[in-house]
Amino acid sequence: MKTLTVSVVTPDGPVLEDSFEMVSCKSENGELGILPGHIPLVAPLTISGVRLKGGEQSSELIAVSGGFLEVRPEKVTILAESAERPSDIDLERAQRAKERAERRLQTKQDDIDFKRAELALKRALNRLDLKQGS
Amino acid sequence: MASLRDIKSRITSTKKTKQITKAMEMVSASKLNKAEQNAKAFNPYMEKIQEVVASIANGGVDVDHPMLKSRPVKKTGYIVITSDRGLAGAYNSSVLRTVNRHIHERHSSKDEYTVIPMGRIGRDFFAKRNMPIESEITGLADQPDFADIKDIASEAVQLYSDETIDELYIYYNHYVSAITQEVRGTKLLPLTNISTEATQPKSSYEYEPDQDTILKALLPQYAESLIYGALVDGKASEHAARMTAMKAATDNADELIDDLTLSYNRARQAAITQEITEIVGGAAALE
Repeated sequence: MKTLTVSVVTPDGPVLEDSFEMVSCKSENGELGILPGHIPLVAPLTISGVRLKGGEQSSELIAVSGGFLEVRPEKVTILAESAERPSDIDLERAQRAKERAERRLQTKQDDIDFKRAELALKRALNRLDLKQGS
Repeated sequence: MASLRDIKSRITSTKKTKQITKAMEMVSASKLNKAEQNAKAFNPYMEKIQEVVASIANGGVDVDHPMLKSRPVKKTGYIVITSDRGLAGAYNSSVLRTVNRHIHERHSSKDEYTVIPMGRIGRDFFAKRNMPIESEITGLADQPDFADIKDIASEAVQLYSDETIDELYIYYNHYVSAITQEVRGTKLLPLTNISTEATQPKSSYEYEPDQDTILKALLPQYAESLIYGALVDGKASEHAARMTAMKAATDNADELIDDLTLSYNRARQAAITQEITEIVGGAAALE
Protein backbone atom coordinates (compact mmCIF):
# COMPACT_ATOMS: atom_id res chain seq x y z
CA MET A 1 0.00 0.00 0.00
CA LYS A 2 1.31 3.40 -0.92
CA THR A 3 1.72 5.90 1.87
CA LEU A 4 1.99 9.63 2.17
CA THR A 5 3.99 11.65 4.64
CA VAL A 6 1.87 13.74 6.91
CA SER A 7 3.31 16.55 8.93
CA VAL A 8 1.35 18.69 11.32
CA VAL A 9 2.99 22.00 12.16
CA THR A 10 1.90 24.72 14.56
CA PRO A 11 3.59 27.98 15.58
CA ASP A 12 4.75 26.19 18.73
CA GLY A 13 6.57 23.57 16.73
CA PRO A 14 5.91 20.40 14.74
CA VAL A 15 3.39 18.07 16.34
CA LEU A 16 3.72 15.00 14.22
CA GLU A 17 5.49 13.68 11.14
CA ASP A 18 4.88 10.15 9.95
CA SER A 19 3.58 8.14 7.01
CA PHE A 20 -0.05 7.21 6.70
CA GLU A 21 -2.29 5.71 4.08
CA MET A 22 -5.11 8.14 4.23
CA VAL A 23 -6.01 11.49 5.70
CA SER A 24 -9.58 12.39 6.34
CA CYS A 25 -10.53 15.79 7.56
CA LYS A 26 -13.27 18.37 7.51
CA SER A 27 -12.70 21.30 5.19
CA GLU A 28 -14.99 24.30 5.08
CA ASN A 29 -16.87 22.66 2.22
CA GLY A 30 -17.31 19.31 3.85
CA GLU A 31 -15.44 16.10 4.46
CA LEU A 32 -12.28 15.52 2.51
CA GLY A 33 -10.36 12.29 2.12
CA ILE A 34 -6.80 12.33 0.80
CA LEU A 35 -5.06 9.26 -0.59
CA PRO A 36 -1.51 9.05 -1.91
CA GLY A 37 -1.12 10.60 -5.36
CA HIS A 38 -3.68 13.33 -4.83
CA ILE A 39 -3.29 16.43 -6.97
CA PRO A 40 -1.80 19.47 -5.22
CA LEU A 41 -4.52 21.08 -3.17
CA VAL A 42 -4.99 23.77 -0.57
CA ALA A 43 -8.07 23.84 1.62
CA PRO A 44 -9.01 25.61 4.83
CA LEU A 45 -9.96 23.31 7.70
CA THR A 46 -12.70 23.81 10.21
CA ILE A 47 -12.24 23.35 13.93
CA SER A 48 -12.47 19.58 13.92
CA GLY A 49 -10.67 16.31 14.27
CA VAL A 50 -8.33 15.03 11.57
CA ARG A 51 -8.10 11.27 11.20
CA LEU A 52 -4.87 9.78 9.92
CA LYS A 53 -5.13 6.16 8.87
CA GLY A 54 -2.05 3.99 8.91
CA GLY A 55 -1.80 0.42 7.61
CA GLU A 56 -1.45 -2.12 10.37
CA GLN A 57 -1.19 0.35 13.17
CA SER A 58 -4.34 1.95 14.37
CA SER A 59 -5.27 5.37 13.15
CA GLU A 60 -4.37 8.63 14.82
CA LEU A 61 -6.73 11.41 15.65
CA ILE A 62 -5.69 15.03 15.97
CA ALA A 63 -7.71 17.98 17.15
CA VAL A 64 -7.00 21.04 15.00
CA SER A 65 -8.21 24.57 15.62
CA GLY A 66 -8.78 25.79 12.11
CA GLY A 67 -5.84 26.15 9.80
CA PHE A 68 -4.96 24.69 6.43
CA LEU A 69 -4.34 21.54 4.58
CA GLU A 70 -1.71 21.54 1.90
CA VAL A 71 -1.56 18.47 -0.30
CA ARG A 72 1.23 17.35 -2.61
CA PRO A 73 1.27 13.97 -4.34
CA GLU A 74 3.20 12.27 -1.58
CA LYS A 75 3.09 14.78 1.23
CA VAL A 76 0.35 16.37 3.28
CA THR A 77 1.03 19.34 5.53
CA ILE A 78 -1.44 20.60 8.06
CA LEU A 79 -0.85 24.16 9.22
CA ALA A 80 -2.90 24.89 12.29
CA GLU A 81 -2.81 27.42 15.06
CA SER A 82 -3.03 24.56 17.47
CA ALA A 83 -3.09 20.80 17.03
CA GLU A 84 -3.20 18.15 19.71
CA ARG A 85 -3.38 14.41 20.05
CA PRO A 86 -6.21 13.27 22.30
CA SER A 87 -3.64 12.21 24.90
CA ASP A 88 -2.28 15.76 25.02
CA ILE A 89 -5.64 17.39 25.55
CA ASP A 90 -6.16 18.85 28.97
CA LEU A 91 -9.69 17.77 29.78
CA GLU A 92 -10.16 20.15 32.69
CA ARG A 93 -8.88 23.11 30.76
CA ALA A 94 -11.18 22.37 27.84
CA GLN A 95 -14.08 22.00 30.23
CA ARG A 96 -13.29 25.34 31.82
CA ALA A 97 -12.93 26.98 28.41
CA LYS A 98 -16.30 25.60 27.42
CA GLU A 99 -18.02 26.96 30.50
CA ARG A 100 -16.34 30.32 30.10
CA ALA A 101 -17.39 30.57 26.47
CA GLU A 102 -20.94 29.58 27.29
CA ARG A 103 -21.16 32.23 29.98
CA ARG A 104 -19.87 34.80 27.59
CA LEU A 105 -22.36 33.81 24.92
CA GLN A 106 -25.22 34.31 27.33
CA THR A 107 -24.21 37.84 28.23
CA LYS A 108 -24.33 39.13 24.67
CA GLN A 109 -22.15 42.18 24.37
CA ASP A 110 -20.69 43.39 21.13
CA ASP A 111 -20.14 41.52 17.90
CA ILE A 112 -16.45 40.75 18.11
CA ASP A 113 -16.66 39.30 21.58
CA PHE A 114 -19.57 37.19 20.52
CA LYS A 115 -17.69 35.77 17.57
CA ARG A 116 -14.64 35.11 19.66
CA ALA A 117 -16.63 33.31 22.31
CA GLU A 118 -18.33 31.24 19.66
CA LEU A 119 -14.98 30.14 18.26
CA ALA A 120 -13.68 29.40 21.73
CA LEU A 121 -16.72 27.28 22.41
CA LYS A 122 -16.21 25.37 19.17
CA ARG A 123 -12.59 24.69 20.02
CA ALA A 124 -13.47 23.51 23.51
CA LEU A 125 -16.25 21.24 22.26
CA ASN A 126 -13.96 19.79 19.61
CA ARG A 127 -11.33 18.99 22.21
CA LEU A 128 -13.87 17.43 24.55
CA ASP A 129 -15.37 15.37 21.74
CA LEU A 130 -12.05 13.93 20.67
CA LYS A 131 -10.89 13.30 24.19
CA GLN A 132 -14.03 11.45 25.09
CA GLY A 133 -14.17 9.61 21.78
CA SER A 134 -10.69 8.21 22.19
CA MET B 1 41.22 58.72 52.26
CA ALA B 2 38.32 56.44 53.10
CA SER B 3 38.65 54.45 56.27
CA LEU B 4 39.45 50.76 56.21
CA ARG B 5 35.98 49.86 57.37
CA ASP B 6 34.31 51.94 54.63
CA ILE B 7 36.34 50.26 51.93
CA LYS B 8 35.66 46.86 53.37
CA SER B 9 31.92 47.39 53.38
CA ARG B 10 32.02 48.64 49.81
CA ILE B 11 33.88 45.52 48.76
CA THR B 12 31.28 43.31 50.43
CA SER B 13 28.37 45.10 48.83
CA THR B 14 29.97 45.02 45.39
CA LYS B 15 30.57 41.32 45.80
CA LYS B 16 26.91 40.79 46.60
CA THR B 17 25.83 42.78 43.56
CA LYS B 18 28.19 40.71 41.47
CA GLN B 19 26.59 37.52 42.70
CA ILE B 20 23.20 38.79 41.62
CA THR B 21 24.29 39.95 38.19
CA LYS B 22 26.16 36.70 37.67
CA ALA B 23 23.04 34.72 38.53
CA MET B 24 20.92 36.87 36.21
CA GLU B 25 23.44 36.35 33.46
CA MET B 26 23.19 32.60 33.79
CA VAL B 27 19.40 32.64 33.97
CA SER B 28 19.25 34.74 30.81
CA ALA B 29 21.68 32.43 29.09
CA SER B 30 19.43 29.44 29.67
CA LYS B 31 16.34 31.41 28.67
CA LEU B 32 18.09 32.50 25.51
CA ASN B 33 18.80 28.90 24.74
CA LYS B 34 15.13 28.08 25.05
CA ALA B 35 14.05 31.11 23.06
CA GLU B 36 16.35 30.03 20.26
CA GLN B 37 14.74 26.61 20.25
CA ASN B 38 11.30 28.23 20.14
CA ALA B 39 12.32 30.29 17.16
CA LYS B 40 13.59 27.16 15.47
CA ALA B 41 10.36 25.29 16.18
CA PHE B 42 8.38 28.14 14.69
CA ASN B 43 10.37 28.26 11.45
CA PRO B 44 8.82 25.30 9.60
CA TYR B 45 5.34 26.75 10.16
CA MET B 46 6.36 30.15 8.88
CA GLU B 47 8.12 28.77 5.82
CA LYS B 48 5.20 26.61 4.88
CA ILE B 49 2.60 29.30 5.29
CA GLN B 50 4.77 31.70 3.31
CA GLU B 51 5.09 29.17 0.53
CA VAL B 52 1.35 28.66 0.28
CA VAL B 53 0.59 32.39 0.41
CA ALA B 54 3.22 33.09 -2.22
CA SER B 55 1.98 30.37 -4.52
CA ILE B 56 -1.53 31.80 -4.37
CA ALA B 57 -0.36 35.38 -4.73
CA ASN B 58 1.90 34.50 -7.64
CA GLY B 59 -0.58 32.12 -9.19
CA GLY B 60 -1.12 34.47 -12.09
CA VAL B 61 -4.80 34.75 -11.42
CA ASP B 62 -6.20 38.05 -10.23
CA VAL B 63 -6.19 37.99 -6.49
CA ASP B 64 -8.25 40.56 -4.82
CA HIS B 65 -8.07 40.92 -1.10
CA PRO B 66 -8.00 44.08 1.01
CA MET B 67 -4.97 42.81 2.88
CA LEU B 68 -2.95 42.71 -0.31
CA LYS B 69 -3.86 46.18 -1.54
CA SER B 70 -2.52 49.49 -0.33
CA ARG B 71 -5.13 52.13 0.27
CA PRO B 72 -4.78 55.80 1.14
CA VAL B 73 -3.37 56.02 4.62
CA LYS B 74 -5.41 57.95 7.14
CA LYS B 75 -4.27 56.17 10.24
CA THR B 76 -1.25 53.99 10.95
CA GLY B 77 -0.90 51.31 13.60
CA TYR B 78 2.38 50.49 15.30
CA ILE B 79 3.02 47.28 17.16
CA VAL B 80 6.00 47.73 19.45
CA ILE B 81 7.61 44.80 21.18
CA THR B 82 9.45 45.57 24.39
CA SER B 83 10.15 43.64 27.56
CA ASP B 84 8.28 43.73 30.86
CA ARG B 85 11.37 44.20 32.95
CA GLY B 86 14.42 46.36 32.63
CA LEU B 87 18.08 45.51 33.19
CA ALA B 88 18.44 44.53 29.59
CA GLY B 89 20.89 47.14 28.42
CA ALA B 90 19.74 49.20 25.47
CA TYR B 91 17.12 46.63 24.46
CA ASN B 92 14.05 48.73 25.20
CA SER B 93 15.44 52.19 24.73
CA SER B 94 16.71 51.52 21.22
CA VAL B 95 13.33 50.23 19.99
CA LEU B 96 11.40 52.99 21.69
CA ARG B 97 13.73 55.67 20.41
CA THR B 98 13.38 54.42 16.84
CA VAL B 99 9.59 54.20 17.01
CA ASN B 100 9.29 57.59 18.62
CA ARG B 101 11.45 59.18 15.95
CA HIS B 102 9.57 57.51 13.11
CA ILE B 103 6.21 58.49 14.53
CA HIS B 104 7.29 62.10 14.87
CA GLU B 105 8.71 62.13 11.36
CA ARG B 106 5.61 60.67 9.78
CA HIS B 107 2.76 62.16 11.72
CA SER B 108 1.88 65.61 12.86
CA SER B 109 -1.20 64.85 14.93
CA LYS B 110 -2.24 62.16 17.35
CA ASP B 111 -5.24 61.20 15.24
CA GLU B 112 -2.98 59.82 12.55
CA TYR B 113 -1.58 56.88 14.44
CA THR B 114 -2.17 54.44 17.23
CA VAL B 115 0.21 52.25 19.16
CA ILE B 116 -0.13 48.64 20.27
CA PRO B 117 2.62 48.03 22.79
CA MET B 118 3.58 44.55 23.91
CA GLY B 119 5.46 44.67 27.18
CA ARG B 120 5.20 46.93 30.19
CA ILE B 121 8.18 49.17 29.42
CA GLY B 122 6.74 50.12 26.05
CA ARG B 123 3.26 50.64 27.48
CA ASP B 124 4.60 52.98 30.18
CA PHE B 125 6.66 54.87 27.64
CA PHE B 126 3.70 55.65 25.38
CA ALA B 127 1.28 56.24 28.23
CA LYS B 128 3.64 58.78 29.75
CA ARG B 129 3.82 60.69 26.49
CA ASN B 130 0.03 60.61 26.09
CA MET B 131 0.26 58.76 22.82
CA PRO B 132 -2.88 56.92 21.71
CA ILE B 133 -2.76 53.26 22.77
CA GLU B 134 -5.21 51.02 20.96
CA SER B 135 -4.66 47.96 23.09
CA GLU B 136 -1.81 46.45 25.02
CA ILE B 137 -0.47 43.25 26.41
CA THR B 138 1.86 42.96 29.36
CA GLY B 139 3.13 40.15 31.51
CA LEU B 140 4.00 37.87 28.62
CA ALA B 141 5.81 34.67 29.52
CA ASP B 142 9.47 34.35 28.70
CA GLN B 143 8.64 31.64 26.22
CA PRO B 144 5.25 32.80 24.91
CA ASP B 145 2.87 30.35 23.29
CA PHE B 146 1.01 31.29 20.18
CA ALA B 147 -2.21 31.16 22.19
CA ASP B 148 -0.88 33.91 24.51
CA ILE B 149 -0.77 36.53 21.80
CA LYS B 150 -3.42 35.19 19.47
CA ASP B 151 -6.01 37.62 20.78
CA ILE B 152 -3.96 40.75 20.41
CA ALA B 153 -2.60 39.64 17.03
CA SER B 154 -6.04 39.00 15.63
CA GLU B 155 -7.23 42.26 17.10
CA ALA B 156 -4.50 44.13 15.27
CA VAL B 157 -5.36 42.36 12.04
CA GLN B 158 -9.02 43.07 12.67
CA LEU B 159 -8.29 46.78 13.04
CA TYR B 160 -6.85 46.69 9.58
CA SER B 161 -9.77 44.78 8.10
CA ASP B 162 -12.22 47.20 9.72
CA GLU B 163 -10.30 50.05 8.11
CA THR B 164 -9.69 51.62 11.50
CA ILE B 165 -6.06 51.63 10.46
CA ASP B 166 -4.75 51.57 6.91
CA GLU B 167 -1.22 50.43 7.61
CA LEU B 168 0.38 48.30 10.27
CA TYR B 169 4.02 48.46 11.23
CA ILE B 170 5.84 46.26 13.69
CA TYR B 171 8.96 47.28 15.61
CA TYR B 172 11.14 44.83 17.47
CA ASN B 173 14.71 43.82 18.13
CA HIS B 174 15.90 41.30 15.62
CA TYR B 175 18.18 38.66 17.05
CA VAL B 176 21.42 38.56 15.09
CA SER B 177 23.66 36.85 17.61
CA ALA B 178 24.05 36.69 21.36
CA ILE B 179 25.91 39.99 21.35
CA THR B 180 24.20 41.84 18.50
CA GLN B 181 20.57 42.74 18.15
CA GLU B 182 19.28 45.27 15.70
CA VAL B 183 16.08 47.26 15.73
CA ARG B 184 13.84 46.32 12.90
CA GLY B 185 10.74 48.12 11.75
CA THR B 186 8.74 46.40 9.06
CA LYS B 187 5.48 47.04 7.35
CA LEU B 188 3.17 44.18 8.16
CA LEU B 189 0.00 45.21 6.40
CA PRO B 190 -0.88 45.58 3.62
CA LEU B 191 1.13 42.58 2.49
CA THR B 192 2.74 44.14 -0.53
CA ASN B 193 6.03 42.31 -0.63
CA ILE B 194 4.94 38.69 -0.72
CA SER B 195 5.72 38.12 -4.36
CA THR B 196 9.20 39.57 -4.13
CA GLU B 197 10.43 37.82 -1.03
CA ALA B 198 9.28 34.33 -1.89
CA THR B 199 10.99 32.13 -4.40
CA GLN B 200 9.08 30.62 -7.26
CA PRO B 201 6.35 28.34 -5.98
CA LYS B 202 7.18 24.67 -6.34
CA SER B 203 3.81 23.53 -7.48
CA SER B 204 0.55 25.03 -8.49
CA TYR B 205 -2.40 24.06 -6.38
CA GLU B 206 -6.00 23.26 -6.76
CA TYR B 207 -8.02 25.40 -4.43
CA GLU B 208 -10.89 24.10 -2.42
CA PRO B 209 -13.36 25.85 -2.55
CA ASP B 210 -11.65 28.79 -4.33
CA GLN B 211 -8.79 31.23 -4.00
CA ASP B 212 -10.78 34.04 -2.49
CA THR B 213 -12.09 31.93 0.35
CA ILE B 214 -8.65 30.55 1.00
CA LEU B 215 -7.08 33.98 1.05
CA LYS B 216 -9.74 35.22 3.40
CA ALA B 217 -8.82 32.54 5.89
CA LEU B 218 -5.12 32.31 5.13
CA LEU B 219 -4.03 35.95 5.14
CA PRO B 220 -5.13 36.79 8.68
CA GLN B 221 -3.42 33.61 9.86
CA TYR B 222 -0.33 34.65 7.94
CA ALA B 223 -0.31 38.14 9.44
CA GLU B 224 -0.83 36.74 12.92
CA SER B 225 2.03 34.35 12.51
CA LEU B 226 4.25 37.22 11.34
CA ILE B 227 3.43 39.01 14.58
CA TYR B 228 4.17 35.90 16.59
CA GLY B 229 7.43 35.43 14.68
CA ALA B 230 8.47 38.97 15.57
CA LEU B 231 7.61 38.34 19.19
CA VAL B 232 9.64 35.13 19.36
CA ASP B 233 12.52 36.96 17.71
CA GLY B 234 12.12 39.84 20.14
CA LYS B 235 12.12 37.52 23.13
CA ALA B 236 15.34 35.89 21.99
CA SER B 237 16.87 39.35 21.63
CA GLU B 238 15.62 40.32 25.06
CA HIS B 239 17.34 37.42 26.75
CA ALA B 240 20.49 37.98 24.73
CA ALA B 241 20.52 41.68 25.58
CA ARG B 242 19.96 40.96 29.25
CA MET B 243 22.69 38.36 29.23
CA THR B 244 25.17 40.77 27.66
CA ALA B 245 24.18 43.58 30.00
CA MET B 246 24.56 41.35 33.03
CA LYS B 247 27.87 40.05 31.80
CA ALA B 248 29.11 43.62 31.47
CA ALA B 249 27.83 44.37 34.97
CA THR B 250 29.64 41.33 36.38
CA ASP B 251 32.86 42.35 34.64
CA ASN B 252 32.53 45.87 36.00
CA ALA B 253 31.96 44.55 39.48
CA ASP B 254 35.12 42.45 39.17
CA GLU B 255 37.08 45.48 38.12
CA LEU B 256 35.66 47.55 40.94
CA ILE B 257 36.46 44.86 43.47
CA ASP B 258 40.05 44.75 42.23
CA ASP B 259 40.40 48.51 42.56
CA LEU B 260 38.84 48.54 45.99
CA THR B 261 41.01 45.67 47.21
CA LEU B 262 44.06 47.53 46.03
CA SER B 263 43.11 50.68 47.88
CA TYR B 264 42.12 48.59 50.91
CA ASN B 265 45.57 47.04 51.02
CA ARG B 266 47.21 50.40 50.56
CA ALA B 267 45.19 51.85 53.39
CA ARG B 268 46.03 48.88 55.58
CA GLN B 269 49.72 49.24 54.81
CA ALA B 270 49.61 52.95 55.50
CA ALA B 271 47.91 52.29 58.83
CA ILE B 272 50.56 49.75 59.83
CA THR B 273 53.38 52.02 58.77
CA GLN B 274 51.87 54.81 60.76
CA GLU B 275 51.55 52.62 63.82
CA ILE B 276 55.21 51.55 63.59
CA THR B 277 56.29 55.14 63.18
CA GLU B 278 54.29 56.05 66.22
CA ILE B 279 55.81 53.23 68.31
CA VAL B 280 59.31 54.03 67.15
CA GLY B 281 58.68 57.70 67.80
CA GLY B 282 57.33 56.89 71.27
CA ALA B 283 60.28 54.65 72.09
CA ALA B 284 62.73 57.32 70.90
CA ALA B 285 61.09 59.89 73.13
CA LEU B 286 61.54 57.65 76.16
CA GLU B 287 65.30 57.29 75.71
